[in-house]
Amino acid sequence: MDYFVELFFSGLTRGSIYALIALGYTMVYGIIGLINFAHGEIYMIGAFTALIVSTVLSIFGFPLPAIIILTALAAAIWASAYGYTVEKLAYRPLRNAPRLSPLISAIGMSMFLQNYVLLAQTPDFLPFPALIPDFDFMEPYAGFIGSSDMVILVTTTVIMILLTLLIKFTRTGKAMRATAQDRKMAMLVGINVDHVISVTFIIGSALAAIGGMLIASHIGQINFYIGFIAGIKAFTAAVLGGIGSIPGAVLGSFILGLTESFATGYVSSDYEDVFAFSLLVLILIFRPSGLLGKATIEKV
Amino acid sequence: MNLSAKLTVFFAAAILALTMAIPAMAGNDTIKIGVAGAHSGDLASYGLPTVKAAELVAADINAAGGINGKKVELLVEDDVCKPEVATNTATKLVSEGVNVVIGHICSGATKAALPIYRDANVIVMSPSATNPALTQSGDYPNFYRTIASDDAQARTEVDFAINGLGAKKIAVIHDKGDYGKGLAEFARKFIDESGKAKVVLFEGITPGAVDYSAIVQKIKRSGADAVIFGGYHPEASKIVTQMRKKRMKTVFISDDGVKDDTFIKVAGKYAEGVYATGPADVTANPVTREYREKYKKAYGDEPGAFFDNAVAAALALTNAIAKAGSTDPAAIARVLHTEDVATPFGMIHFDEHGDATGVGFTMYVVKDGKYVQVR
Repeated sequence: MDYFVELFFSGLTRGSIYALIALGYTMVYGIIGLINFAHGEIYMIGAFTALIVSTVLSIFGFPLPAIIILTALAAAIWASAYGYTVEKLAYRPLRNAPRLSPLISAIGMSMFLQNYVLLAQTPDFLPFPALIPDFDFMEPYAGFIGSSDMVILVTTTVIMILLTLLIKFTRTGKAMRATAQDRKMAMLVGINVDHVISVTFIIGSALAAIGGMLIASHIGQINFYIGFIAGIKAFTAAVLGGIGSIPGAVLGSFILGLTESFATGYVSSDYEDVFAFSLLVLILIFRPSGLLGKATIEKV
Repeated sequence: MNLSAKLTVFFAAAILALTMAIPAMAGNDTIKIGVAGAHSGDLASYGLPTVKAAELVAADINAAGGINGKKVELLVEDDVCKPEVATNTATKLVSEGVNVVIGHICSGATKAALPIYRDANVIVMSPSATNPALTQSGDYPNFYRTIASDDAQARTEVDFAINGLGAKKIAVIHDKGDYGKGLAEFARKFIDESGKAKVVLFEGITPGAVDYSAIVQKIKRSGADAVIFGGYHPEASKIVTQMRKKRMKTVFISDDGVKDDTFIKVAGKYAEGVYATGPADVTANPVTREYREKYKKAYGDEPGAFFDNAVAAALALTNAIAKAGSTDPAAIARVLHTEDVATPFGMIHFDEHGDATGVGFTMYVVKDGKYVQVR
């Protein structure tokens, strides 16, 4: 039983890591129907920014809580700037192009950003400081779940709730929903669609950056390539839960994380990806739009 | 007579001639050492340093009056690292009456040539052929080498875990890559063969995953005393970090993919006490320095690949002939197995398979943020 609980928490940790990245994926898809492959790279840039800022701040001797808050802010702002620019440069000119064009543009952007960081920073792995300390009250549970796992889990949940509230109850959220439903109609009723899309990218990128900071601090190392693998898994999770749906991304991430964890624990870690993707295939066979995705009928 | 019958007669005659040639030539007044390997072609850089090493050692010995009054004569033959050429090379050396052979360089060529030497009862010592089966299969009792075989790293890890640390239950983890998985499979084999410890877990992980806590829990549940990990440092540092964060004290042993300063930099305090194998540092050894100096004086640049190993082979063979007092292969073999000789790798002799002891990998441990050799 203990072993089951341990594996369950391992799965939750993995799941919440995926969820932090998947939220940005699903938001962008929900609004403009674009799979933003560069999202993983924004996450990576967020992590690099966090590394630089936190190193500088700790040299100046700031206290730890101040470092965490300032680093998160800096990473979020910087990554948002990247997200905003990427959208302006790579996606906006293709707004009315066939669906495949922005997709290719996104893949190109992803490669560009990876290689840019590779050249501008380093191809090596860099150590990332543990920003989240080991809390004393977590000590009895250290065998099950670490402090940083706990923080990631809580952050994911809080962000998911805040995002849902934002989309349900604010003006921006209403504009986002309108844009998602029918872009042309939204324009006709006076919504600045370009502005709404920019805001979506900014929020998504800020989430990715905070995710980058927390996850890098949990893993303890970063390099230019981390965004790719994490991005693929998060994308899978988003599709599993129903891409475009905010709670769906979180649900899908937890299911993916738990599947991988139990597959490792009870079968073999050689097969964790086999189980994860078999599950994805099965779910898509029975629910093509994912667990919480809305089935849309396209008029032809 | 048809063609195949003619060929049969020809080969029978050739073999007869060869076997007769050996005792006839044993009475010559020089000691003939064959040096076979890639001396031209694109792999020449692997073979030429061995020729130079043999020349330097032979010159020293001849300047001091030879071995037991006989001068050393080198017969240098090129096999271009190709198995089909190596058989010709070997046949030629045997027909010229070599007493011992230093070579060949590549594992494939060595394997092709060895049966010819075995049938002619000639001792062969390679400075560079690393294929494990060459010594371990037992097919070539005439074969020795002064380089660690491909599985030596796994053997060092397992020996250290079982005999050095007294581990009874060992978890073997790898990264599914050629290097990591190959090592892990050798490690599993050696643990099983030792009979003193058990492999309680053998699994591959996905490189680059965001979190390894599930496999860490599995290691914990397996009750392993030690983990042997085959792979590179990014995964190793993640696994070690998560093990230590879960307050596990299980020993972590890995390979030269982890014996990298980046590992210590990334894993930080959690790297302390991690064991990793790496090539032994021989630059402080006086024999190593002596021959490297001589090479620099004679040729003006740094010695190339396998130079130290070739010097070791030449010294071991000439020493064995001198101590044996004859060029009788059985007498030479006895000395090789029983008596230590000073080489660039320190005092070495050869184990029952023909592998040099003390050549190759040693264990390092992270102490105060640095890899230090385990004594």
